Amino acid sequence: MNSLSETKDASQVQLSRDEIKRYGRHLLMPEVGLEGQKKLKASSVLLIGAGGLGSPAALYLAAAGVGKIGVVDFDVVDHSNLQRQILHGTADIGRPKLQSAAERIHSINPYVVVDLHQVRLDSSNALEIFKNYDVIVDGTDNFPTRYLVNDACVLLHKPNVYGSIFRFEGQASVFYADKGPCYRCLYSEPPPPGLVPSCAEGGVFGVLPGIIGTVQALETIKVLLGIGNPLIGRLLLFDALKMEFRELKLRKNPDCPVCGTNPTIRELIDYEAFCGIPPAMPAEGDAKLEITVEELKMKLDGGQDVFLLDVREPHEYEIANLGGTLIPLHDLPKRVNELDSSHEIVVYCATGIRSGKAVKFLTDVGFRKVKNLVGGISAWAEKIDQTMLSY
Amino acid sequence: MAVKVMIPTPLRAFTDKKDAVILEGKTVGELLGRLTTQHAQLKKHLYADNGTLRNFVNVYVNNEDIRYLKYEETPVTENDVVSIIPSIAGGGTAI
Repeated sequence: MNSLSETKDASQVQLSRDEIKRYGRHLLMPEVGLEGQKKLKASSVLLIGAGGLGSPAALYLAAAGVGKIGVVDFDVVDHSNLQRQILHGTADIGRPKLQSAAERIHSINPYVVVDLHQVRLDSSNALEIFKNYDVIVDGTDNFPTRYLVNDACVLLHKPNVYGSIFRFEGQASVFYADKGPCYRCLYSEPPPPGLVPSCAEGGVFGVLPGIIGTVQALETIKVLLGIGNPLIGRLLLFDALKMEFRELKLRKNPDCPVCGTNPTIRELIDYEAFCGIPPAMPAEGDAKLEITVEELKMKLDGGQDVFLLDVREPHEYEIANLGGTLIPLHDLPKRVNELDSSHEIVVYCATGIRSGKAVKFLTDVGFRKVKNLVGGISAWAEKIDQTMLSY
Repeated sequence: MAVKVMIPTPLRAFTDKKDAVILEGKTVGELLGRLTTQHAQLKKHLYADNGTLRNFVNVYVNNEDIRYLKYEETPVTENDVVSIIPSIAGGGTAI
């Protein structure tokens, strides 16, 4: 395959004496060499997200000498990021991720130009941001942005280096509609909200994004240099527990709505709506079915007889609990007869997502006095009992 | 014919945490039918209400997508491995 940055004038790029020393191990390899190293310097890569996948990708792309690295993120560094997001350190907690990302990239390689985009990526800004880069690296954590990144890359004829993780499992591919399938050829539609557990519920093994994000960096560099066989038309699957890599064949779908022969999507759409996410806040459900931590505290302090139901997993219960009866969400259907529907029941989990599902299940099977604790045990730890461990 | 069906992490909650299930069947449809009978909660994750496989769940026989074979009529033999591959979105940015 031809390199992408050939369209740019790599021949006009010069490497300084210091850069020649820095990239010496690349220059020794004919597959990279001086010409390839100049191509990398003439090229630009946009990272969507400076999180678990974006971190290792950014570090390696910077070290390899990609000339311009753009980063899109609007988040600030939180304690719970540090287990895997290696762009950020303990001292960065509370700072914008872009700041620590830029500092880390520059500390590795001062020759890299870093472009910071502190915005929430959406249909109004994606094309404008993407058009200035050769390759887009997708390290997002949600379906609307995945489809947005895919469609924008297809419309702009740019390769989308894809990575995704869940618990111990990862996926990677290169979606490049000009040469193979796109993400929509693989999955034409996202799952409805709530059907597939999110990382916030399922957790993620910290080293896993290190593997997948590094695969993304590697594929990006191959695409930029035009060497080897990139993951175009192939989906790489990684199982960390088995330490097993597998590969599936992907085909271009002629009926694909965005890259098929008669595309119906010719501009960016409303991706939140496409993914079934209602405007404003994701529905936590009916207000009657909710209770705040403050309201629960008043009830408990007032000696009211409230049955607390904890629908998390036993290992989460060990970290912190409100003294509730533990029935993990997935066991609820078969253990529902342990509950007394005449009692007032307050269901909680870590953040209110799983308990929301439990409340829906319980009301569906006829429970009438059941409420979801808004914000879950995290809200309790923040607002009521600061000595409680939050995770 | 006993064929191995690989269960992805997000769906293991519905298969008693098993990562693979050995099932009898001559076609992908027969295997998935047995699978969703043995593990009833899995059904709504694999099939839409009209009985078709959901768009965000892909099924492969070895490394080929059944949409490019014979869908659920795709025949399977003893050494085949059937994989269920749902879309996952996680990037570890937010938890």
